[in-house]
Amino acid sequence: MKALFDKLWDDHVILTREDGAALLWVDRHYLHEGSHHGFRTLAARGMAVAEPRLTVGVADHYVPTRGPVADPAIARMVRTLDENTSAHGIRLFGLGHPAQGIVHVMGPEQGLTLPGMLVVCGDSHTATHGALGAYGFGIGATEVAHVLATQTIWQRKPARMRITFTGVAGPGIGAKDMALAWIARLGADGARGHAVEYAGPAVRALSVAGRLTLCNLSIEGGARTGLVAPDQTTFDWLRGRAFAPADFDAACADWARLASDPDVAFDREVTLDMAEVAPIVTWGTSPEEALPITATLPDPARESDPARASRIAAALDYMGLTAGRPLDSVAVDQVFIGSCTNARIEDLRAAAAVLAGRQAKVPGMVSPGSALVKAQAEAEGLDQIFKAAGLDWVGSGCSMCVGMNGDLVAPGQRCASSTNRNFRGRQGPGARTHLMSPAMVAAAAVTGHLTDVRPLLEGRA
Amino acid sequence: MTGWTTHHGRAVALPLENIDTDQLIPARFMSAPREEGYGRFLLHDLRRDGDVLRPDFALNQAEAQDASILIARRNFGGGSSREAAVYALQDAGFRVVIAPSFGDIFAANAVNNGLLPARVTEDQADRLLAACPAQMTVDLATQTITSGPDSIAFALDPVWRQKLINGWDDIDLTASHAAAITAFASRRRAHAPWVWPKD
Repeated sequence: MKALFDKLWDDHVILTREDGAALLWVDRHYLHEGSHHGFRTLAARGMAVAEPRLTVGVADHYVPTRGPVADPAIARMVRTLDENTSAHGIRLFGLGHPAQGIVHVMGPEQGLTLPGMLVVCGDSHTATHGALGAYGFGIGATEVAHVLATQTIWQRKPARMRITFTGVAGPGIGAKDMALAWIARLGADGARGHAVEYAGPAVRALSVAGRLTLCNLSIEGGARTGLVAPDQTTFDWLRGRAFAPADFDAACADWARLASDPDVAFDREVTLDMAEVAPIVTWGTSPEEALPITATLPDPARESDPARASRIAAALDYMGLTAGRPLDSVAVDQVFIGSCTNARIEDLRAAAAVLAGRQAKVPGMVSPGSALVKAQAEAEGLDQIFKAAGLDWVGSGCSMCVGMNGDLVAPGQRCASSTNRNFRGRQGPGARTHLMSPAMVAAAAVTGHLTDVRPLLEGRA
Repeated sequence: MTGWTTHHGRAVALPLENIDTDQLIPARFMSAPREEGYGRFLLHDLRRDGDVLRPDFALNQAEAQDASILIARRNFGGGSSREAAVYALQDAGFRVVIAPSFGDIFAANAVNNGLLPARVTEDQADRLLAACPAQMTVDLATQTITSGPDSIAFALDPVWRQKLINGWDDIDLTASHAAAITAFASRRRAHAPWVWPKD
């Protein structure tokens, strides 16, 4: 009896040492601008890239979303990726490429990530690729150099965990809410050391975009990777992609075995009932500090544990919030829709469904996850909805999720954001981030405060 | 990377949970070349109120200036895969971080650079935090932290322990398995040709 994760692991083990360390084969290595440390190590050792064809470069972290790059340090980061990939014969989806995008949007979209693959990238959100039934995980710069040099990586096998979502998602509730719900319950390190398989009827019912969102946030609960077993939804979504297998049916026949055997025992099992999952927003400075929009802000005075009380007080202080107030009374200064978590076409449609015919009360930006998502959204007229509502429609990249390209939230400003981290200063020094689904961001834009999106969807698709 | 077995140094307490990698080094500093030194970026924004260093912040106090052991609460280094978080700690003089839990990617990055992520229980962390500032000895051979009369066993993956002691470099280790890798690659290509994308 094997879990899906066991099958993926076994398919990639080259050898296992007596001490338990396994050398794994890497099928796909994505590189972004941060790979410069790895290339420098390679150059210092005079080594070549072992498998340039299995390596794919993408400019995303530092790319501008409007106009040319102004800051020379940022321009240098984008240029260095061009130079390194060109020198080593690596395919690059660089700035200006018609299929450029955020690595975790662009890779699946191109069919460069496929079921059964082992995928690494020097980025913690690499578990996103698990949505297609791939084993994806983030690595550091030393490991990037190792993969470049050898196309392999040393790992100890993580424990196996299954998170099952039973029941049916209510209207206005999606993958982002599912992810924040389990992270709020288990904590930001709740799944540390585990490979998480997402299962159950509510996961099966998700589109591939939803599965990508769910797996993307695995790291925010500390998981080593996140997985969804591939099924007909996966295969239908992949068919016809630019780099889909030439003999697609033969590949599907192989991928069909990528599911957990019925009676396999997991090291850990967690079940969440969708009836208990409401639209969720984060209120603090860790993704575990998340509550249903219908809740009130926590009060440190009501906590018996002094360490927990002081953590809540510090988070409320940084966030400029008052204990005990209703979450939906919190006014926001701006909104952001984008990132590897929630900038796919389905995400933009969900936000547009709320914004259509309405005005945003606060400024904001919409950054599609890839140039292809941007083109698709424009073909559907979504850009017109965002612009008519008063939001900026910009180019594709990591943008305001991490602020490396200069798209920043100003100190003290509060942003309703479809991104993945509400860490202190994540969107800029002193920035206050509330994470939520794209539909919830759109709702916050319409009302100017954190808002339950559900009433705004009544009478709409 | 140079191996090490025993480290003796001053420990400083940072009694916070969830010190994420964005705190360890804010993203805006990561385009700097490593040669310039990353120590000045360590916990840059947490240490400051605007542009002014916060006098009440542990790392800003005089006795912390030569500290090489950092003690914190759960989920240290969660978040981003940025190895720069480790560079910032190392360039600021740290050799050991002690906490009840670490972000997995951070811990792997730490070991790859010779920085020890030592796991202790919540109670042990409380004891060590209460002892700070203090001189402590960390021994990889016995897997213990000694602080005055107190001796605490810490948890560490045995593979990582050997790596830290021997200063192993993975690229060198892997080179000895070149034949097995080549054989695996041809099996992989036969079984899953779609892994190699068209040109």
